[in-house]
Amino acid sequence: MLWACILLPQLALDAVLRRLPDPETPLALVEGPAQLRSLHSVNESAAAAGLRAGMRLAAAHALLAGVRTVAHEPAAEARWQRFLAAWAYRHSSLVSAQWPHAIVLEAQASFRLFGPWPRFAQRLREELQTLGFRHRIALAPTPRAAHVLAGLRDGLAVRRPEALRTMLDGVPVRRAALPGEAGERLQRMGLEHLGQLRALPRDSLRRRFGLDLLDHLDRLYGEADDPLQCYAPPDHFDSRIEMGYEVETHTALLFPLRRLLGDLCTYLSIRDGGVQRFVLRLEHEEGHTDVEVGLLAAEREPGMLFELSRNRLERVALEKPVVALRLLARELPPFVPAARDLFDPRPQQALDWPQLRERLRARLGDESVYRLAPADDPRPERAWRRVFGEDDAPHAQAPGRPPRPAWLLPQPVPLRDGRLRVLSGPERLESGWWDGQDARRDYYVVETARGQRGWAYVAPGAREGWMLHGWFA
Amino acid sequence: MGEVLALGEMLAARTVWRAGQGVATRRDGEPSGHAALDAALPDGGWPRRALTELLLPSDGVGEIALLLPTLARLTAAGERVVLVAPPYLPYAPSWQAGGIDLGWLEVIEAEPKQALWAFEQCLRSGACSAVLGWPQTGDARALRRLQVAADSGDCCAFALRDRRHAVNASPAALRLEYLPGEHAWQVRKCRGGQVPAQPLRLAH
Repeated sequence: MLWACILLPQLALDAVLRRLPDPETPLALVEGPAQLRSLHSVNESAAAAGLRAGMRLAAAHALLAGVRTVAHEPAAEARWQRFLAAWAYRHSSLVSAQWPHAIVLEAQASFRLFGPWPRFAQRLREELQTLGFRHRIALAPTPRAAHVLAGLRDGLAVRRPEALRTMLDGVPVRRAALPGEAGERLQRMGLEHLGQLRALPRDSLRRRFGLDLLDHLDRLYGEADDPLQCYAPPDHFDSRIEMGYEVETHTALLFPLRRLLGDLCTYLSIRDGGVQRFVLRLEHEEGHTDVEVGLLAAEREPGMLFELSRNRLERVALEKPVVALRLLARELPPFVPAARDLFDPRPQQALDWPQLRERLRARLGDESVYRLAPADDPRPERAWRRVFGEDDAPHAQAPGRPPRPAWLLPQPVPLRDGRLRVLSGPERLESGWWDGQDARRDYYVVETARGQRGWAYVAPGAREGWMLHGWFA
Repeated sequence: MGEVLALGEMLAARTVWRAGQGVATRRDGEPSGHAALDAALPDGGWPRRALTELLLPSDGVGEIALLLPTLARLTAAGERVVLVAPPYLPYAPSWQAGGIDLGWLEVIEAEPKQALWAFEQCLRSGACSAVLGWPQTGDARALRRLQVAADSGDCCAFALRDRRHAVNASPAALRLEYLPGEHAWQVRKCRGGQVPAQPLRLAH
């Protein structure tokens, strides 16, 4: 295995510079409490004016009055490191961001895809250049060695373990990323290079410096395994597009929406997942409006997701201008594409049912498409229920009962018909004493004067006060 | 060879036709499950890829019973049937008792205006084999759209409407009107064949 280490010496600064239109103007990142501001890092033009990291802000202002200052955010730095880890994940399946300001990736397995190391390294450099991150790259048989070599000099590449040993033996102890203060202390003890350190008896080294130092050395030289915390892509998607101006119409949101969904689908196909529920957040100057998009099954087809989101979006009134659009997807379930016969003679522009269902739900409402299933209650109004989604419940069998009407009225209505003819009945129904919805009814099949067959009930034993509950159709 | 067949019967069954009187239409309709109706219709059943109109004096005169054999057969075969904005609640135990596999029966709730859109979407999608709708409008253009959608989606469309629309022209391939006095269905129009003169009394 060969490991490449990308050292990012100015991660925090680059992250700020890359979003500024004029990165050449003097700029400094500022940290520390309000009374004791000091410079975290400075860009080249500020350094040329004499500004240095660690300098007090007041001193910096004295040197260069027009310096632009931006507050340093450690969280943002970590976020950008994760971003670069995600970027590196495109080039290798083993990526680690466990050391600050560095990304380590396994390179050898990628040679077949990206070509030999010089070409691969060139590719990495070009992409980092485009992303706007200053970097130093080194290659070595162990990840720790790559890390150390990248700190030593840009572009070092060592492939063979023997060559690595020779190379490492010449590394100054202070630059070997030794744990804690060990580097400084060894230097003061008169040890210059790692080679000298390795020549010392291990036992006494362990007593003086602890086990960490020996572990570090072993892993550095590849004599012990070096378990890395590998980067795993996050299992949610969160992306945001800021508008250049205040948007007050739906149409202006459609383009960024399409971009976001395109990104989401690319991400989903990398993960081989789908999306079932996501939120479109319309950010206003103050507060935000959430548009929830829910699907009954996981999908990842950009065109379909766009159409659904568009329908949902258009049902939302924009009361305040929108300044940014954000897409948040927390649940990314596995995606199972619908099996389709190659020679399936389907009409053009055909949709399969899940797509059609989502289209209908997006426009008509989430609860507008359902199937029916019988339920166990003898009361007609409770003897059925709606089934949403892909539930298998409709296969339940209703118990055998006398004929039931095809249509049930949502509410029984009084039936006034002088020429009502009773066709069959009564069927007595007494039920529901346990839940307060007590029903005592005599059901009859009746025919109205207009020839309709209805299902009506009266109080037990009565012949008056007909209530119509359904139609036989 | 000794069997003697009456020419009239063969003509009626369209196995023999008179030269010069047009080609016989293929009897590839969706069997309705009512022998008398199948025999009367030129396709031998409900026309496929087309709109069928049922004109009713009121709800609950046996329109579902008329369609039930077809719907039961389709759902049992794993084909999807959709009810778009039915006027009442479809009562699950009754439909199941009628032989419908409820797993393949979908119900869509929609306002009248959206219902037409949903009806057309279902027809056009090709994901359903029969769609029942209750369009309120008398607009022939809307019906034409449905007819075209049914054709492009390879689907049987059933529009259940009030019989007062019977006097208006319609692009539907088949129009059946229920005559409450005679408890019978009268074919008002059928594409590709003669309209039977007598109303059909179907047992259901």
